[in-house]
Amino acid sequence: MNQTTDKTSQSRRRFLEKISRAAGGAALSGMVPAIMLGLYSQQSKSLPADAIRPPGVNNEADFLSACVRCGLCVRDCPYDTLKLSSLGDSVAPGIAQGVVPGTPYFNARDIPCEMCEDIPCVKACPTGALDPQLKVIDDAQMGLAVLIDHEACIAFQGLRCEVCYNVCPVRDKAISIEYSHNKRTAKHALFIPVVHSTDCTGCGKCEHACILDEAAIKVLPVNLAKGELGKHYRLGWKEKQKAGKSLVTPDIEHQYNLPEGTRYDYEGEGLIQPEEIVPEKIVPEKIIPEKTPFEKSALERLNEGRL
Amino acid sequence: MVVTKNSTAQEIVDREIVNREIVSQKKMGQDAIDKKGWLLAHKWLLLRRLSQVSIIFLFLAGPLFDVWLIKGNMTSSLVLNTIPLSDPFVFLQSVFAGHYPELTALTGAVIVGLFYFIVGGRVYCSWVCPINIVTDTADWLRRFLKIKKSLTFFSISFSSLNFSPLNFSRENRYALLAVSFLLASVTGMLVWELVNPVTMIQREIVFGMGFSWFFIVGIFILDAFISRRAWCGHLCPMGAFYSVLGKFSLIKVNAINRADCNDCMDCYALCPEPQVIKPALKGDDSPLISSANCTNCGRCIDVCAKDVFAINHRYINFKTITSRYNY
Repeated sequence: MNQTTDKTSQSRRRFLEKISRAAGGAALSGMVPAIMLGLYSQQSKSLPADAIRPPGVNNEADFLSACVRCGLCVRDCPYDTLKLSSLGDSVAPGIAQGVVPGTPYFNARDIPCEMCEDIPCVKACPTGALDPQLKVIDDAQMGLAVLIDHEACIAFQGLRCEVCYNVCPVRDKAISIEYSHNKRTAKHALFIPVVHSTDCTGCGKCEHACILDEAAIKVLPVNLAKGELGKHYRLGWKEKQKAGKSLVTPDIEHQYNLPEGTRYDYEGEGLIQPEEIVPEKIVPEKIIPEKTPFEKSALERLNEGRL
Repeated sequence: MVVTKNSTAQEIVDREIVNREIVSQKKMGQDAIDKKGWLLAHKWLLLRRLSQVSIIFLFLAGPLFDVWLIKGNMTSSLVLNTIPLSDPFVFLQSVFAGHYPELTALTGAVIVGLFYFIVGGRVYCSWVCPINIVTDTADWLRRFLKIKKSLTFFSISFSSLNFSPLNFSRENRYALLAVSFLLASVTGMLVWELVNPVTMIQREIVFGMGFSWFFIVGIFILDAFISRRAWCGHLCPMGAFYSVLGKFSLIKVNAINRADCNDCMDCYALCPEPQVIKPALKGDDSPLISSANCTNCGRCIDVCAKDVFAINHRYINFKTITSRYNY
């Protein structure tokens, strides 16, 4: 009897020890890396501005939950646009610094996206990290081109360039040329390229083609490039259009307490008495100066032979 | 080197190895080499290295020679442009991160999962994983330099717990496995893949080397100089995952001729998971090595001069077969 209790207590002690060991182990091999990795992952959640994701990435966080870093999109990119970031790229200063290691990206200034019609990178993705719902490449939104430097862009100097406009695969929709006044010469126009976010796919051809040493037009991640109006904002004219009528309460017509027969009309210049004789308006006589320095025009005088 | 009654099986095994090495300075596996010849005494090891290297080479053949037998990397790939393969561990992380992968990845993960479910989960570790070459080499160096015990400079603060973090339990990998899934679901991204040296080194060999060699050096130092078999045997959650996956696998190593064992301890010394041997070799039950931690590496078969071990399916009827060996 005593022996069995001894054995039980011993096995219980061993069990408790095992548990405490496991707890200690879990604390070390679980919690410490958990905290470190958690911090690391938070830092990795935003994409650096000079790295662009392939088409079909709608949101960096969603992408990072789905991408298994297999590189099949990179392999199927016919123009070698896509690269798979390595750990070196992601930590060392450079283009891909901060790109989660192993995930695909491209740098528009190096090789832009050629916007293949069959979108082979999206087809290659086994997990759906590149959204398979993307069927038309024009609907892609890899990033958003921004004419970021108005000082360096030569269009703002009044020079004709429009290279970004001309290389744009969705020209006139994604980039249009807007004319504005050239204040320097006062008689010429500036041909300013303007990007429209609704149609820009972020392919980066404009950035690639920009003639400056450092591109004045750059593709940025959409969240970085776009502003957003407060949710509570309503644009009156749009609301009016939607409703088909003015949404502003019409003014209540003012009630005047006037003597009988008298009305008030502002345009008719105030109070209007019922049977009042409107006095004739005194038209001031035109004052003709009796003497002017020149009685005749210069041409007449010249014709008469006088100066 | 005192074996107390509170020592775990693992500690006993480790201490037996150390004790034995102190007594005899004989090289591990020398008996087998003397008896079978070097080549046969390294048969399974060489086959494994061949398998590991050729898998990497198959992935490299595309970018290097434009022969696209297999495209992608070990996390997800396409064989001959038709058959998808996906790593089920990475796939599950993605599911935990809240993403519902496409059918291609699901198919790939099921194919790979079924394969390891049948041949043994940790076959991935010993026959495929490139890190295994690193840790095996580290262990070889450890034996070569006769480093007997783990450095214990971290263990002081844990002494009241009778727990040294560098001599910690082999169960810790399951904690890390849980953490890797937990982190994926909390952060919504594949956090473990930020640091997973297994997928990282393989990816960077195929797609261009970055800093992943840093992890490799780290693991090598950890395994060689700090704690024996620390990475593969104690920490790697991927190995833990494949352990779980291969729990009921069909192909298993067994100690079929355990009656011939002469207690030379070579198998314990060279086995990456020595705790799995004892129940089969010294127990009264089935000689099947049933632990899911066994990597089916076959090293015990190689180093045993008495041919105690064999690799076979798990439903082998030991009673009828062992009788042939006068067991």
